[in-house]
Amino acid sequence: MVTSKVLHVMYDDDSKLLDAASKLVAQGIHINDVYSPFPVHGIDPVIGIKRTRLAIVSFMFAMTGTSLALLGLWYFMISDWPMNIGGKPSFSLWENIPAFVPVIFEFSVLCAAHGMALTYLLRNGTLPGMPATNPDPRTTDNMFVIEMLDSENEMSAEELEAAASKTSPFEMSTKQYEA
Amino acid sequence: MEAKQFQFEGRAKKLTYALMGLGVVALVFGFLNDHSHGHQRWWANLLVNGFFYFSIALGALFFYALQYATESGWSAVLKRVFEAIFSYLPVGALVILVVLLGGQFHLHHLYHWMDSTLYYEFLLPDGSMSHEAADGAVANPAFDAIISGKSAYLSPGFFWARTLVYLATYLIFAKMFRKWSLEEDRIGGTKLHYKMYRRGALFLVFFAVFSSMMSWDWLMSIDTHWFSTLFGWYIFSGMWVSMLIFATVTLTWMRARGSFPQLTDSHMHDMGKWVFAISMLWSYLFFSQFMLIWYSNIPEEVTYYIARMFTDYKVMFLGMFFMNFAVPFYVLIARDAKRNIYFMIPVSILIFFGHYLDVYLLVAPGTLHSHAEFGFLEWGSFLGFLGLFIHVVFRALEKVPLIPVNHPFLEESKALNY
Repeated sequence: MVTSKVLHVMYDDDSKLLDAASKLVAQGIHINDVYSPFPVHGIDPVIGIKRTRLAIVSFMFAMTGTSLALLGLWYFMISDWPMNIGGKPSFSLWENIPAFVPVIFEFSVLCAAHGMALTYLLRNGTLPGMPATNPDPRTTDNMFVIEMLDSENEMSAEELEAAASKTSPFEMSTKQYEA
Repeated sequence: MEAKQFQFEGRAKKLTYALMGLGVVALVFGFLNDHSHGHQRWWANLLVNGFFYFSIALGALFFYALQYATESGWSAVLKRVFEAIFSYLPVGALVILVVLLGGQFHLHHLYHWMDSTLYYEFLLPDGSMSHEAADGAVANPAFDAIISGKSAYLSPGFFWARTLVYLATYLIFAKMFRKWSLEEDRIGGTKLHYKMYRRGALFLVFFAVFSSMMSWDWLMSIDTHWFSTLFGWYIFSGMWVSMLIFATVTLTWMRARGSFPQLTDSHMHDMGKWVFAISMLWSYLFFSQFMLIWYSNIPEEVTYYIARMFTDYKVMFLGMFFMNFAVPFYVLIARDAKRNIYFMIPVSILIFFGHYLDVYLLVAPGTLHSHAEFGFLEWGSFLGFLGLFIHVVFRALEKVPLIPVNHPFLEESKALNY
């Protein structure tokens, strides 16, 4: 069993977190993750997080919604039970498309939004009832935490601590964990 | 960083002169070559160009006021560019006034309702016209009951009062914003900023009403019998997106030649997002107007689309919608495309022309009917006015420091990054 040390450095302001992260990274330190109550603008490139692909998923969900809505409208309004509403529809999908556009649009948005939210929660492991993975409950409140692992860095845990303490943290803690 | 002046010179300046020359040739040649009654095609073309470029300048004034009213920080380094774009307002107003005066003095017949004979129901035996029946009176064949019912709104006095009030309001606010902006460069502080903030919000109130009424008066009244309640928003979204495209292309060009080092990828990305978002707003309003009229299929409403979709305008009309909706939607939806000038610039130029066609299709079917042509006159004057527009904008830009040195949000704007 390999044991490793994890270092949690807490800050009470997002700009302090951003400054500290830049300073630590400049010394060649690898930051494993950052926990914050809200998105901190500009932190992603600093700690080397890859761009999210959520937008692509969202587009795919929207296209699924568009196709399903088209299929459904064709079946309900053209094929199965055509109804004459003010002279329209006229038994042809193409000629009635303008009337269906609002429905198609709304259904695409519905699918994109729900699909995106579910994907996000699943991918982050934050669906209701899933165990919390943040190191300190205060990071959902008003605190910001930088997490560093000695196994991912050339430096030892003590050296990491020394570097972190120079960034005027609010609080620091080091724990053992099993890798 | 030292506040540098923008230099408008060399090839760019010569190009604008060349375009203006082409425009003059097109206008003169087009006028001589236009054998339609009252040079209708020439005047319609002047209205299209006059309104299109005026509306871009007006869109910039609106956007500028919006940045102040919403206390936006990201756009602080760009604000001189918007100031330069709305400096075209007086020139654009002049072109529009020429067209409206031409109509008032019956040099052309773009505005059918300016014909005073439509409002009289009876012809008297002595040849005069009357609202009241009298002995020997006969029905006036030119009488138009629908237009006559709008005579209070369309009376020349009220029409001209409105037109002058719109133009005066726009010009006064434009002059005021520019003056205070330059004063802020000298004295600094936040006093002027808060003044601009309040006046920006005030302008938006005026703009909300006037931009709608202006589009009824100058454009919707061409199809006098027809009306649409969201026409004003539709025109407004068109002017907004055309302005954003013009600003995006201008900024990209300035950045590429190194005359705007403060611009970051993030600024250009924001401009790309604006172009994308407002293209969607325009498409939404276009479709909202279209679908309700198409669905209800009431003769007095649907004529507007019959004249555009079941005539020679069909290809242009549907093509215009495709250019202004589908192209920006599918091309600009990706983040990387908005940050890549090889996507942004071709798409921007395409939708810029798309919105020109949009204005053309507001004017041409109601004035030229089946006699419209998109020939040398239209191409030449589109480019000619573009040259004039760029020239006026860059002349205004080179007079003052490119970066507003004392804008309170300047640091925030320079640091824009995400």
